[in-house]
Amino acid sequence: MINLTINNIPVTVEEGTTILAAARKLNIRIPTLCYHEDLCIAGNCRVCVVEQVGMRTLQASCAVPVRENMQILTNSMKVRQARKNIIELLLSEHNADCTKCYKNGNCELQDLANEYRTGNQMYLDLVPEKHFTIDQSSPSIMKDDSKCIRCQRCVRTCAELQGVNALAVANKGHEMKISSFYDKPMHEVVCTNCGQCINRCPTGALVERNYLDEVWNAIYDPSKHVAVQTAPAVRVALGEELGFDPGERVTGKMVAALRRLGFNSVLDTDFTADLTIMEEGTELLTRLKKALVDNDEKVAIPMTTSCSPGWIKFIEHTFPEYLPNVSTCKSPQQMFGALVKTYYAQRKNINPKDIVSVSIMPCTAKKYEAQRPEMRDSGYQDVDYVLTTRELAIMIKQAGIEFMKLEDEEYDRFMGDSTGAAVIFGATGGVMEAALRTAWEIVTGKEVPFENLNITPVRGMEGIKEASVTIAGTKPEWSFLEGVELKCAIAHGLANARELMQAVKDGKAVYHFIEVMACPGGCLGGGGQPIPTNPEIRQKRAEAIYAEDEGMPIRKSHENPEVAQIYQEFLGEPLGHKSHELLHTHYKARKRY
Amino acid sequence: MESNKLSRVDYIFRPESNRIDLIKKIMSKDKDDFILELIDSGLKGRGGAGFLTGLKWKLAKEAQGDKKYVICNADEGEPGTFKDREILDRVAGKVLTGMALCGYIVGANEGFIYLRAEYRFLAPKLQQMMDAMNQELKTAGLDFTLALRFGSGAYVCGEETALIESMEGKRGEPRNKPPFPVTDGYLGKPTVVNNVETFVNTVIIAEIGYQEYKKLGTDSSRGMKLFSISGDCAKEGIFELELGMSLADFVEEFGDGDTKAVQVGGASGFCVPRKKFKETIIGFEGIPTGGSMKIFNSSRSMYNVLHNYLDFFQEESCGQCTPCRVGCQQLLKGIMAVKRRERPATYLDELVKLAETMRYASKCGLGQSVGNAFVSIVENFREEIVY
Repeated sequence: MINLTINNIPVTVEEGTTILAAARKLNIRIPTLCYHEDLCIAGNCRVCVVEQVGMRTLQASCAVPVRENMQILTNSMKVRQARKNIIELLLSEHNADCTKCYKNGNCELQDLANEYRTGNQMYLDLVPEKHFTIDQSSPSIMKDDSKCIRCQRCVRTCAELQGVNALAVANKGHEMKISSFYDKPMHEVVCTNCGQCINRCPTGALVERNYLDEVWNAIYDPSKHVAVQTAPAVRVALGEELGFDPGERVTGKMVAALRRLGFNSVLDTDFTADLTIMEEGTELLTRLKKALVDNDEKVAIPMTTSCSPGWIKFIEHTFPEYLPNVSTCKSPQQMFGALVKTYYAQRKNINPKDIVSVSIMPCTAKKYEAQRPEMRDSGYQDVDYVLTTRELAIMIKQAGIEFMKLEDEEYDRFMGDSTGAAVIFGATGGVMEAALRTAWEIVTGKEVPFENLNITPVRGMEGIKEASVTIAGTKPEWSFLEGVELKCAIAHGLANARELMQAVKDGKAVYHFIEVMACPGGCLGGGGQPIPTNPEIRQKRAEAIYAEDEGMPIRKSHENPEVAQIYQEFLGEPLGHKSHELLHTHYKARKRY
Repeated sequence: MESNKLSRVDYIFRPESNRIDLIKKIMSKDKDDFILELIDSGLKGRGGAGFLTGLKWKLAKEAQGDKKYVICNADEGEPGTFKDREILDRVAGKVLTGMALCGYIVGANEGFIYLRAEYRFLAPKLQQMMDAMNQELKTAGLDFTLALRFGSGAYVCGEETALIESMEGKRGEPRNKPPFPVTDGYLGKPTVVNNVETFVNTVIIAEIGYQEYKKLGTDSSRGMKLFSISGDCAKEGIFELELGMSLADFVEEFGDGDTKAVQVGGASGFCVPRKKFKETIIGFEGIPTGGSMKIFNSSRSMYNVLHNYLDFFQEESCGQCTPCRVGCQQLLKGIMAVKRRERPATYLDELVKLAETMRYASKCGLGQSVGNAFVSIVENFREEIVY
């Protein structure tokens, strides 16, 4: 243990603790900008500098570990002067057009400027001479270099958490900037549209491409039927934008708010999450049968999930040789989109051309996914607009809805039914757990052999999880699986996905089924979720998701009555002709550059 | 304080004695004894920062690591410095010997010369010498091999941790310190990074003994130093002088009789005006220098001099930390604005405060030293900046 004083208050902390962490222990807040709990230390913004008595230079408290008898001052004259200067320098390089900025009110630089009362700009404005342009090429992400403060959080996110490296530092000195490969537009590079960079950008340099006006206009148009679907992870995070603490489930209030916003039908992506399990589970069992019984060498095992559009774009760029291994199932969002303009339209007797299909997602990659040319199986663009959790919160605020005071409401009775299995899609390991709950029962006729259906080995925040279960007590038609040890792996965050796929490629790991979610923690930590998102908040959202699951009367996808109904009335059977037409898709190998 | 120290010496370019004999002599000694001698000699790093070389070797020797490395910093980029080029051209063997000694002492078996991109013309000869040296060392029973690495033209890569990043194939950006290279250097292993001239000095100490070496220089600045002398001078070029001379004596010897100021230590050093020549000692007790001495006579505009330095820095900052990246731009644009009357002369006072912030809060030596030239020129030649 190390003893030191901070602002003359003694504190004892473990060796290796940074000055910043030691100060937090004393409830002394040191401002930071480039620091983020999810990322390695950069120490480059210098906002967190503190004075170490006896040292000539100031120390970056995020980067410097404590030493015995250190005397730290966090608010000395020297520190204050330097910190204020640094904030003013950042502002001089920043397009401080705050009132017109999309991030107005949720900007860490703005907060600091406010705290330090920088007032009238002291230094020369460096922005005009740099002739920045805004990159709006991506359907998911907007990049405005004039607001960039070069903290490199996005670069570290893209490299460390995601292993994508779409963003990198280019040039040096006054020309240093965050750039893409050869400075190409974002839609032409390896970007997976995951939006994790957006979630960590302290300013408005990286924001989602918003579709607020388009959605409002659709709502205002009396000739349109606007159907909205909401992803599982939205309900456990939306509250954070609207006054609740992290981890609060606001499903009922969200449904009520959506009705008040004017959506004509309020539906649940959970319904197609359950459908995904039926299709994907059947696909897995079919692949296993081909491999084990038919000895078909062409069948691609392991099968990987396909729900996460960031993962899809990643594998298309990075491991294109493994595209046959990806489940052909569309993501729940896209299954929903295809069904809304077919099944739903028929049942409700609405001309599909008049339906505007909107989805609320924790995700920015879904915006890109909705615009993929293959996602038009209904004859129209299946999902017209995708809004993030953050955008929905903006709409709720714009409409003057007092969210906290809303009475809970239920989803529509048609395509609004959900199970606990669908809800846990929002957490890493959730698809795996949901799939196992159903597949096990299909094969054995019994419930999975885990207490209270909670398959705990696949849960948790470890980067790569492995689980295996030996199949026993099969029904006669599945007897070829008797005694088979089903090996599963789960990765979240694309850097982990890369590691896992590399192990598979190198033959170091053998699995039957792999779940990958592009974002850390799964969708609950998605790029479209409230800012900030950090390990602690992800944990709270995960707890909320599992609590939601436990509270559901039905917790297995195949028991969703609407799922049974749609097969009976519309689809026929899993992997049937109609399913193939509407619920399955194909992928495209893409180059790295 | 002695002030008539301006004596020329000739150790560095003197022909080399038999290097293998020298290495064997050191190998017959106790390693810790040699480190103590090196510390006792008072040798401080010749790159400009002035860390005790013996202490650096001691720390690296004590550091735990299955591999250790020796790196010779030949990324000589400080404006007005050109002495390392001369060393590598004329007595590179001494550099290689110094590196081998270091490798032996600290327990490293690989050494690299990180050569400035612009010095590539030296590479064929260096490579040849290294190949020969590798053979000789093998024969002598010392497990140490030398190799060349190249910079790509960034000034900041002369900063040792940026240099290491660059060697690792990454963007040349300084690291957070601590940890320092002696414990976490190249590839995370204990690494000694010394300047070209420093390695030569270690060889000289091994040759003549630390007691003889100590007779040169002053208490705080032991030994001799190569000076790269340029500008408005009667004599220009590279001169080996004892440390501890007064700037007045220096100007007397090298100036053109009309010297207005001397920039000691290059763009990152200090500008000394005529009225302070007498009291200024060149050495760690006064103004240290990596070797650059630029002499300006009365025909020079100090505004232009400062503009030139700041233009250099705003370009050569790696750009990662705020004080340096934005600060350099603000200082440059700031003096231009004052010159153009777009800001009052008092704006210079704000800029001096900013320069202080850069000095305290920048991540590495580059940003921390921009203020040296800025403050010393603005304080001593304010009227030239304003009018």
